[in-house]
Amino acid sequence: MDPGRLQRINDCEWLLPQRGAMRVPGVIFADEALIREMDDKVPEQVANVATLPGIVKASLAMPDAHWGYGFPIGGVAAFDPDEGGVISAGGVGFDISCGVRTLLSGLTRAEIEPVKRRLADALAERIPAGVGSTGALSLTADEMDAMLRGGARWALARGYGHPEDLGRTEEQGTMAGAEPQHVSAAAKRRQRNEMGTLGSGNHYLEVQHVVELYDPAAARAFGLAVGDVVVSIHCGSRGLGHQIGTEFLREMAVTAATAGIMLPDRELACAPIRSPAGERYLGAMRAAINCALANRQMLTHLVRGVFQAVLPGTKLTLLYDVSHNTCKVERHVVDGRLREVYVHRKGATRAFGPEHPDLPAAFRATGQPVLIGGSMGTASYVLAGTRRGMTEAFASACHGAGRSMSRHEAARRWQGRKVVDDLAGRGILIRSPSLRGVAEEAPGAYKDVSAVVDVADRAQLARKVARLEPLVCIKG
Amino acid sequence: MAWEHFPHGADIGVRGIGASRGEAFEEAALAMMAVITDPERVAAETAIELRCAAPDDELLLADWLNALIYEMATRCMLFRRFAVSLRDHALEARAWGEPVDRERHQPAVEVKGATYTALSVARRGDGMWVAQCVVDV
Repeated sequence: MDPGRLQRINDCEWLLPQRGAMRVPGVIFADEALIREMDDKVPEQVANVATLPGIVKASLAMPDAHWGYGFPIGGVAAFDPDEGGVISAGGVGFDISCGVRTLLSGLTRAEIEPVKRRLADALAERIPAGVGSTGALSLTADEMDAMLRGGARWALARGYGHPEDLGRTEEQGTMAGAEPQHVSAAAKRRQRNEMGTLGSGNHYLEVQHVVELYDPAAARAFGLAVGDVVVSIHCGSRGLGHQIGTEFLREMAVTAATAGIMLPDRELACAPIRSPAGERYLGAMRAAINCALANRQMLTHLVRGVFQAVLPGTKLTLLYDVSHNTCKVERHVVDGRLREVYVHRKGATRAFGPEHPDLPAAFRATGQPVLIGGSMGTASYVLAGTRRGMTEAFASACHGAGRSMSRHEAARRWQGRKVVDDLAGRGILIRSPSLRGVAEEAPGAYKDVSAVVDVADRAQLARKVARLEPLVCIKG
Repeated sequence: MAWEHFPHGADIGVRGIGASRGEAFEEAALAMMAVITDPERVAAETAIELRCAAPDDELLLADWLNALIYEMATRCMLFRRFAVSLRDHALEARAWGEPVDRERHQPAVEVKGATYTALSVARRGDGMWVAQCVVDV
């Protein structure tokens, strides 16, 4: 994108002035280099979001923003129901509550290296990943509804986890307000055999080590030291979330006009928050959040089993679990007044700053851990929420790197086998059922996550705490 | 008749081209299968039937692809051949395929849903029908 299309506010913030049907301005958090790399579709989509009823303050894009569906990926927007605000199925996306959780192992890299290959093989064996994989548990109708209401808490009650995991999960493991009766039979059918599965595409499970600390005090509070080994899981609500997204996008695309909403793009399909369609979507979307939390909890249980078998006595404790495709009701100061708004984060991580009342006591002083996944074979980061992010970005930060080229182009440039061998040469073991999938996810097909994280840090959306690099990566 | 992919920032676009709307829909489905695997590796062993209806051609295309995504997910199947019959905005179809064999099919990625991004069903200058959209993977 040509930066001339925007007004530079400072080194890391760019204004898209309010014009035409926009109800608020747009703000893109990026430096000039990221702006130049950004797709022209980003400002167009930021402007389109700004036209939706009830939007407050500004339509935002995070440093990793790229061309999405209606909303840009990396888009954040808040809506006030008292001003006719809407909820958008497109603004949450197909993979509802896709997110990242990171587990601390108490082990060091030196302890992992001798058993790394065995660990990689055992994880690949136990973690269902990729097209056609199914979980070990098939849910009955009653159990499905209980899971959709209870989330990680449901998983815990079924033996998948430790009680202390809940305090280290957003919403304490259970999203309130889930309404399984608003989740279709088709969505439930699609999920029946997919509990405890990783999925495919950019989803992964990685064994990583801490290579650098930027904020030693926060790192200490998070339990991170250089050389420590952690496990990160990136996945979402699987088939259930995809089906809910598909069905409500379809319904809202058709009904928006009857609700008097002019959509600049059908993908922005939405309904008034205070409408039967809006309320049904909220209930179903929250059920999908619980599905994602339960799914990541079940995967955690499988990982613990593998570590126990390979390195007996290992205790994996949860650092935190964050979701980056959601709509959540939160209180934010808008125009000097504390208001309850519906914050859509499409490819953006919630990043509560220090002293936020929803944070566990351990993170009150530091701010919330913000977990940023890289691509296969590159770095991931742990950041912490800031006070400025609270006031400037509805407590939001980036979520990852974003692709720099299409899957087709990546598969043309790289061979899966060579990618696996090259990474093995660098000490990174890849396990995947599909070599073509590996080629399409090659590290070079993604933008530099470090550049994105640096801007999030400089813009004070979240501050850098630690850098992680992979040792083992399980891909779908 | 032909299919092709077109680029999208995060995902991939599927495009079907045919002498009729129905042929373009069949080719778009084949393009979507090719996102997952090489369709040539899939055997046309078993047939399933699908029906959908929508207010317009474009939503019908998204519905058709989403119906296939649902069938693939719940039956753990992949498809390689399609026969679509259209009447106004109602579709009846058969799809032939087989259960996923991860060794032989090497499925690269799962398709989560057909989106309304770059969604269009239209006739080109040369009279051929083009049906396309971006799919989320």
